[in-house]
Amino acid sequence: MAVLRNMTAAVALAFAAGGAHAQVSDGVIKIGVLNDQSSLYADLAGQGSVIAARMAVEDFGAAKKGMKVEIVSADHQNKPDVGSAIARQWYDVDKVDVIFDVPNSGVALAVNQITRDKGKALIVSGAATADLSGKACSPNTVHWTYDTWMLANGTGNAIVKTGGDTWFFLTADYAFGHALERDTEAVVLKTGGKVLGKVRHPLNTQDFSSFLLQAQSSKAKIIGLANAGGDTTNAIKQAAEFGIVKGGQNLAGLLVFLTDVHGLGLNNAQGLILTESFYWDYNDQTRAFAKRFAAADRGIHPTMVHAGVYAGVLHYLKAVEALKSDDGTKVIQKMKEIPTDDPLFGKGRIRQDGRKVHPAYLLEVKKPSESKYPWDYYKIRATIPAEQAFRPLDQGDCPLVKK
Amino acid sequence: MPTQALFGQLLLGLINGAFYALLSLGLSVIFGLLNIINFTHGAQYMMGAFVAYFLLQWAGLGYWWALVVAPLVVGLFGVVLERTMLQRLYRLDHLYGLLLTFGFALIIQGLFRHQYGSSGLPYSIPSQLAGGHNLGFMFLPNYRAWVVVFSLVVCLGTWYVIERTRLCFYLRAATENPTLTQAFGINVPRMITLTYGFGVGLAALAGVLAAPIYQVNPLMGADLIIVVFAVVVIGGMGSIMGSIITGFTLGVVEGLTKVFYPEASNTVIFVIMALVLLVKPAGLFGRAN
Repeated sequence: MAVLRNMTAAVALAFAAGGAHAQVSDGVIKIGVLNDQSSLYADLAGQGSVIAARMAVEDFGAAKKGMKVEIVSADHQNKPDVGSAIARQWYDVDKVDVIFDVPNSGVALAVNQITRDKGKALIVSGAATADLSGKACSPNTVHWTYDTWMLANGTGNAIVKTGGDTWFFLTADYAFGHALERDTEAVVLKTGGKVLGKVRHPLNTQDFSSFLLQAQSSKAKIIGLANAGGDTTNAIKQAAEFGIVKGGQNLAGLLVFLTDVHGLGLNNAQGLILTESFYWDYNDQTRAFAKRFAAADRGIHPTMVHAGVYAGVLHYLKAVEALKSDDGTKVIQKMKEIPTDDPLFGKGRIRQDGRKVHPAYLLEVKKPSESKYPWDYYKIRATIPAEQAFRPLDQGDCPLVKK
Repeated sequence: MPTQALFGQLLLGLINGAFYALLSLGLSVIFGLLNIINFTHGAQYMMGAFVAYFLLQWAGLGYWWALVVAPLVVGLFGVVLERTMLQRLYRLDHLYGLLLTFGFALIIQGLFRHQYGSSGLPYSIPSQLAGGHNLGFMFLPNYRAWVVVFSLVVCLGTWYVIERTRLCFYLRAATENPTLTQAFGINVPRMITLTYGFGVGLAALAGVLAAPIYQVNPLMGADLIIVVFAVVVIGGMGSIMGSIITGFTLGVVEGLTKVFYPEASNTVIFVIMALVLLVKPAGLFGRAN
């Protein structure tokens, strides 16, 4: 059977190559969802991102339009070497045309380079580092959902403005944590605040007590958590245990996802200020999406990463349809030309540096008494308009941007 | 770093060491008497925390009940595992036991992760132990103080029972010469089964102790178990007192690393392990055969 299928594919390929106009390679658009499916980022991305991609293919009506779309997925285990090996295998052997999601900035930066070398397409939703549209920007990459600059300016700004002007950072010791710390520190210093100290902890740390004690003795007003997933939830929970908030210091979760708040429970998470570019309970369209998504993903409501994968797949397929080709470099260029419009992020666009721009929301986690139904977790404190939510085009040092 | 703050860090290291000690103790008991390298230990620790969570959710039974019930439930699971599978491996190489238990650990963790996700579930500190005391040099949460005292008592209790009572001779004899021991009318297979159940129960107990500090998370044992194995290797496989002392000491060493070079805090134990193996292959407290 496999031999037969390969032969059919080969014949199809031969015909395709013979055509004079652009074509979808081997007749199939193959989407690879690459993320953490087994460790601390598995709930906020993981299988949920695969479900979101599948929903997007359905909603796009690919089958009706005669487009054949296949989705494959893999677990990169938060290891750049594993992620790189999978990406190469997908591009070289399995004929994958585009890779989606890739949370963990370390892995994303590696796959970013491979995608560029192979002339394929990468649409990042889960990874945070703003370098993807800065000095590491690529004509083959779109950075969809959020980045460290957006988080720093949303949460960092809001906190400094309300008096939190001395900071101590707890930073995850890899590309993402460093980028988030750097961008937040810049905001703090720019707005007249001071950074009193920082400590870098290994990814996936269980016990934060030692780091929290160092933060406590720094006497900083704000302890900035430049980490994510399980690291953030453990740090927040243990900060409560050590009486940090009662002692007058406040926590700033610089990257907190809906699933983290769910895992912490509102008792532990209430009052946290955070920035996201998507909240499921925002309007009727996002609620309808969340309802369908939750039914497919064990009741988990979609995070902004899931939403970004959905919207990214939708826009990618639009570009392929318009171009009638799945050539990576050309599709990404087309994605930048067509304005974006989807039910989850509304209207927006993709800039020359690969940055997708849309509004961001400054959110506050509700008190248990304010939460009326399951997953009712956030109050929207402010909306940051698209043009202010992301780093200005000329400040990212992206070589693709002409000065 | 001021001395006062350093004192706080030492205390925290001791608290984390309590978990290492409790877990490596269980491993040592199992290895010393069954010759099985129990890689499911991390998963059983996780199961202990989950049983505590289920008791609260389904039966409304709080922390204190969990402290008693969870080790029994998970210990029983261990007994079933021993009776149906491990028992067949005693006469084979260590490697078989290791592979079987490692496979089980992966299956158990996979099932829990599939069902409960990776973000973890909340479990609160019991109200009697909430809050804490300001010691001057640090704020010590009551719960952490309880953890360190309780695990010290359990560790020393276990050591006393296994090394200093009549039971100790039975267990030793059963390991050295099971046939002869049986001839004296001692039911060796049952004793071995119960010992495994006891070791597993210790893991579950550590899981219950950990639930209020960390999230109840399917992955909570996966990383810890590797560290704990390093502790056992450093202390000397099968040495009860060795694993207790090494557990607490390495907690302190790790705590100090978190202050002076935090980036290396999750590798320092393995560096020590490599050094110890070079100098004393049987471990600090182990006896070379």
